[in-house]
Amino acid sequence: MTVTPPTVAAEEPRRELRRFRSIKGRETWAGLGMIAPAGILLVLFLIIPVILAFTLSFTNARLISPNPPRFVGMDNFVRAFTADPLFVQSVGNTAVFALVVVPVQAALGLLLAVLVNRRMRGVTAFRVIFFIPVVTSIVVVSILWKFMYQQDGLINSMIDALTFGLWSGADWLNDPQTALGAIIFMSIWQAVGFHMIIWLSGLQTIPEELYEAARMDGASPWRQFTNVTWPGLRPTMVFVLVTITIAALGLFVQVDVMTQGGPQGATSTIVFHAVRKGYEQQEIGYAAAISLIFFVAVLIIALIQRRVTREKD
Amino acid sequence: MSETRTLTTTRDARRPAPPAAPVRSEKSHRRRGKILLYVAMSLFGMLFLFPLVFMFVSSLKPDAQILQDVDSVNAFLPTGDISLDNYFGVFDRVPVAQFLFNSVFVTVLTVGLGLIVNSMAGFALSRLEWKGRIVVLALVIATLIVPFETIAVPMVYWVAQLPTLVIEGGVLKYDFGWLNTYEVQIVPFIANAFSIFLFTQYFSTIPKSLDEAARIDGASWFTIYRRILVPLSGPAFATVAILTFLPAWNQYLWPLMVVQKEELRPVMVGMQYFFQLNTAWGEVMAYTSLITLPVLIVFLIFQRAFVSSIAASGVKG
Repeated sequence: MTVTPPTVAAEEPRRELRRFRSIKGRETWAGLGMIAPAGILLVLFLIIPVILAFTLSFTNARLISPNPPRFVGMDNFVRAFTADPLFVQSVGNTAVFALVVVPVQAALGLLLAVLVNRRMRGVTAFRVIFFIPVVTSIVVVSILWKFMYQQDGLINSMIDALTFGLWSGADWLNDPQTALGAIIFMSIWQAVGFHMIIWLSGLQTIPEELYEAARMDGASPWRQFTNVTWPGLRPTMVFVLVTITIAALGLFVQVDVMTQGGPQGATSTIVFHAVRKGYEQQEIGYAAAISLIFFVAVLIIALIQRRVTREKD
Repeated sequence: MSETRTLTTTRDARRPAPPAAPVRSEKSHRRRGKILLYVAMSLFGMLFLFPLVFMFVSSLKPDAQILQDVDSVNAFLPTGDISLDNYFGVFDRVPVAQFLFNSVFVTVLTVGLGLIVNSMAGFALSRLEWKGRIVVLALVIATLIVPFETIAVPMVYWVAQLPTLVIEGGVLKYDFGWLNTYEVQIVPFIANAFSIFLFTQYFSTIPKSLDEAARIDGASWFTIYRRILVPLSGPAFATVAILTFLPAWNQYLWPLMVVQKEELRPVMVGMQYFFQLNTAWGEVMAYTSLITLPVLIVFLIFQRAFVSSIAASGVKG
């Protein structure tokens, strides 16, 4: 401690400082107090489960078991890639699903957004209609489409009518050739409205003057799109791609309701496989390993997407 | 359909008399473009609506007629033997009222408590200076990329061991295991990193001079949050409410795993009861209509807020 110089002039700032410190202190307590409820809940229901997923994946833990979990090293990971053909098939199915859904849904969403991005009578009504499947529960949607996809169901009778009887469709969900495609089609239908809205908000940030200038230069609608619209949508594109990819990789409900992973594993996905192993077959250690593989894959893909889309700037 | 009507009104109102010849050809060209646009939108509109129209219409028909009508336009029209029998059948088969109550209860509490907890966190992260703020903010943003599916199974294992208070014969005791409770459906979903992020973003757009003025008047930080920030942040609260309402109402995987007691299950899981014996499709359609209608009505009333909420969730750097 230093000796306080007995001058009034030096006293002033010190007192100021002390008062300032106590205010700072109170602000810290206020900050900690107000973040505490959310912080504690996030630790309990996000951070701890993540750590658990990580640690359980190196054990043979079971959901209900008299024996305590035992450390088994990398066994679960080795098993997934070498001794579980259904896991490998699930990885393939998830990849196919994402590779089709991401570009198609993003492109269709953009097409719809361009269609409804104008001041015209009735346009709001169409926005609402395109968005209705998004607010409808995916469970409801899956059951509905399961019924429509039946061999003698609505989809096939519509195909029959539209092709004048030339083609009467397939047994969509029971044929390993078509089951995944059927789920892909329905999934795009359900969620495209969500991405239409995000594209739309991106479109509305592009200043109208740019279009006026382009029109003055005699640019065709297509040139206006490629030279004005598309460059203006870059930040939106990144967001749309990342959200669709993460959603697509997590494919679960549709499979659980419509096909249970069948026929012959044709629609099993990573998440479906993890839930089936961990919950139905009680092998929590193995399921945690699958979840961890999935999480790392999502992380890597998200990082790559960020990189790729950022580098073009 | 309504677009034909709107199309004519547009034409009448906006283009009264096409004057000179060259202008006219340009205008007719534009009009043709407009008609094409309406045709395209209508085709898409039908594609988006037909499954739901089919669902509502089928819920009014007996099973035999549903299957029979599939071959014609009648599948989309309320023709033939129309009645509410399927709806009465649904009430006989499952405790619909209980399921609906459970879903409403869980959804309201999840959204309501979430709004309070997450907005307070957003306030602490955007307007208060405290040690560790930057670290916590970075952590919250980092947790955004953890998909719930990856922690769902370990989470079942975890909540099965959490302590809980129970009243047994008038005595308050504590027990272990959150399975088969309401809290297991609510508490894990209250704090939400994305909601915290949205609140933080929104609060940081409000001038800080308001806080300073209130501090000088001797207001506590909680008072500033409660009396100044909350009233000014209606759009942020609406956005978070809408974005958390849909997933809470649509919960499926989680309650399927952690709630076995019929009387605690939400509407989506209640669906399973219709596929246990022979499937009565009319009743399935009635049940799915019943649990879809409340959401659709809420959506149609607040559609403007819905759309801007989704848009707000996408507008970030």
